[in-house]
Order: sequence, then structure tokens, then C-alpha cells
Amino acid sequence: MQAFSLIVRRELRLALRRKGDVLTVLVFFIVVASLFPLGVGPEPDQLRAMAAGVAWIAALLAALLSLPRLFAADYADGTLEQMLASPQPLAIVVLAKIAAHWLCTGLPLALVAPLIGLQYGLDGGALALLAASLLIGTPVLSLVGAAGAALTLGVRGGGALLGLLVLPLFVPVMVFGAGAVGAQQAGVDPAAHLSLLGAFLAVSSLVGPWAACAALRVALD
Amino acid sequence: MLQTTALACERGGLRLFSGLDFTLGAGSLLRVRGANGSGKTTLLRTLAGLTRPSAGSVRWRGDPIGEEYRKEMLFLGHAAAIKDELTVLENLQFAVRISCLTFSDSKINDALQQLGIARLADLPARYLSQGQRKRAALARLALAAELPLWLLDEPFAALDDEAIARVSALCAAHLAAGGMLVLTSHQDVPIAAPHARAIELPA
Repeated sequence: MQAFSLIVRRELRLALRRKGDVLTVLVFFIVVASLFPLGVGPEPDQLRAMAAGVAWIAALLAALLSLPRLFAADYADGTLEQMLASPQPLAIVVLAKIAAHWLCTGLPLALVAPLIGLQYGLDGGALALLAASLLIGTPVLSLVGAAGAALTLGVRGGGALLGLLVLPLFVPVMVFGAGAVGAQQAGVDPAAHLSLLGAFLAVSSLVGPWAACAALRVALD
Repeated sequence: MLQTTALACERGGLRLFSGLDFTLGAGSLLRVRGANGSGKTTLLRTLAGLTRPSAGSVRWRGDPIGEEYRKEMLFLGHAAAIKDELTVLENLQFAVRISCLTFSDSKINDALQQLGIARLADLPARYLSQGQRKRAALARLALAAELPLWLLDEPFAALDDEAIARVSALCAAHLAAGGMLVLTSHQDVPIAAPHARAIELPA
């Protein structure tokens, strides 16, 4: 537990010292989500209907933008090797990296998403639900993405490969995340969608770190 | 006690060495020599448990190496594991904490002093020269006396004569206190050791 908070605090400190990385992801998210009304046209009903989907697609792409960096820097400068040779269990190291990744990308995205929703004319309930679905769903992106990032570590063109690898796995999260808002707009109770998101979170928090650990051991062999 | 039996390693299908047997007891220094690409780093990484040997085994106190072993071993690889954005002090504090070493502010300061980089403590590591970076990485040796086994990959690379003398003194003190040391080096830096031996990896 001590090691967990040690690594999270260090990751957050590093993120503070290179704010560009965090801001790039956030600005990318906002820009992508803001491009749709310009391309599709300003029809209010149409925009309202597509708002959640657009926000979720932008969140997936923004997460994908940040994932290659998850382990790459620590791999290149020998930190990962040090952590593997240290008494700390690798699973704790990986979980801490994932938690820090979510705090620096998923959480800001979920907090900014209501602003995007406002642009699309969503009402209060839909805005809150959009943020809630992202709050439950973005940790899944970090957990599953970590496994992908570990698998593509040290591979040439790893970024593109990472996208091919994890985007299909992100699809169910996006479907039910955006679906929750859609259901609310259609007057259906979105609880089922959120429960399914929660189930994805539970499964991925077991499988994601485990797969990432195995892949890291191979990458560092 | 560190023991290898019939250890063999390969990289990318290429056999580097095989049938390597040695036993390292308290106060022993083992120098690993060999030409470029002869597998010195691979051997050290195998001893650290990072790379799986293709045959044979590494044992620590009679048991296969595992989590207990990592609590008693310090591995310093080629890469310095220094973050550019953190200061020298922050880098050292993290390295020490992650290795579960006991430390205090004065001991940390002492360690930086021993490596001659105390005045750089609050400088972000991105401003360090290659040699200073290496010194910052090696500063944890001054705090790692409690770990019996040190595995050092090219500890003297990029260091000037003064730093080499400081690091070799740290190594000698560790060995004199009953520690064990395995190191790879191209330079024949003298290190006082109760027991010293060398293995030459075939080219």
C-alpha cells in the first residue's frame, strides 16, 4: 500500500512538472468533440442526440493518445527495470501506474465532459449522467489500455498497433457509456447501462493489471 | 549465498554462455569480464531475476530467487533510472523508498556528499551531465549497506577518476562488512575485497 501511494504521488508530481502531456490530452478531447457540430451542422435536435456518442468517441481517442506514454518513459530510462528488481510486487506498481494515468487523463476528461455537453445543448440530467458514465467508464480505458501499452512496449510503431489492439476492446464501454445518456434522453432508466459499465470495471480491474504484468515481464526479459 | 548451477543464457536465439557455475559467499567480489556482446549484462540481469535463463538456475540461500531475494538485492543496470523532471534528491528518495531501505534526511544528504553531488541536490536531473547522472544513480549504494548482494552493471562507466575512487571505496566497505558484489566492468578498477574472483565470458 505504501508503494502504491509512493508511485502514485511520484507520477502526479511528474505530471505536474510536464503539464503539457496532460493538457495535450485534454485539449485534444475538447477539440475533437467541438469539431463535430462544425462538420455535421448546427441542428439542435441532431446535436443533442449525438452528444454522448461524440463525447465518448473523443474520450476514447484522447485516452489512446495518452496510453503509449504509460510505460514507455519508465521503460526507456530504466525505472521499470528498477521497479521489477525491487521488493515491490509488480501488480502494485502496475496498479499505481494505472491509477495515476486515470487521475491525469480519465478524471479530467469526465470533469470537462459536461462543458462539451453544454455545447450540444444537453439538459442538467443528461450532463450529470454523461459525467457519471465517464467516471465509471474511463478507469476501464486505463485498465485495458495498460495491458495494450505493456504489450506494445518497445515495438516499432507501437502507437498504431496499440490503437488496433485496444480500440475494439473499448467498444462495449463506449456503447453502454453513451447508451446510458441515450436511455435517459429516451425516458428509460439508465441504471442498467451504468451497472453494466460497473461490471466492465470490475472485470477489467482483475484482467487488465494481470495482463499488463505478464506483458511487462516479457518486454523486460 | 548466491549460487548458479549450469547457468546458460541466450539472446534472440544466440547462445551467449552455458554451464556457468559459481558460488558467492560473504565478502566475495565477482568480476564479470568479456568482450562486447559476450553476455555480461544478460548475466547480471539473469542474476537479478529480470531475464530468465535458458538453462540452469540461480539460487539465493539455497532457494530459487523470488520475492524474498529481491528484498536483499540491489541491482543497478546500464540505464540510470533517473527522471529528468525530478531533482537529484527526489530521484534518490524514490529509489531508496522503492527498495524499502531505511533512511533519514541526514543519511540521504550523507549519501549525496559521498558521491560529491550534495550541491546538486535540488537541481532537476535534466541539467546533469552524464557523469553526474551516474553519480546520482550510484548514490543509493551509500544507503544500501543493509542489502547483502549488490549487482552493478558497468558502475564505473562515464565516471571521472575521483568518482571511481569514491564508488570503489563504497564497494570495498560493503565487501569488508560481509556483503557480496557482482560487477561488470571494462576497466580494472582496484577494489579491496576479502575474496575476489573473475569470470571471463567467452566471446
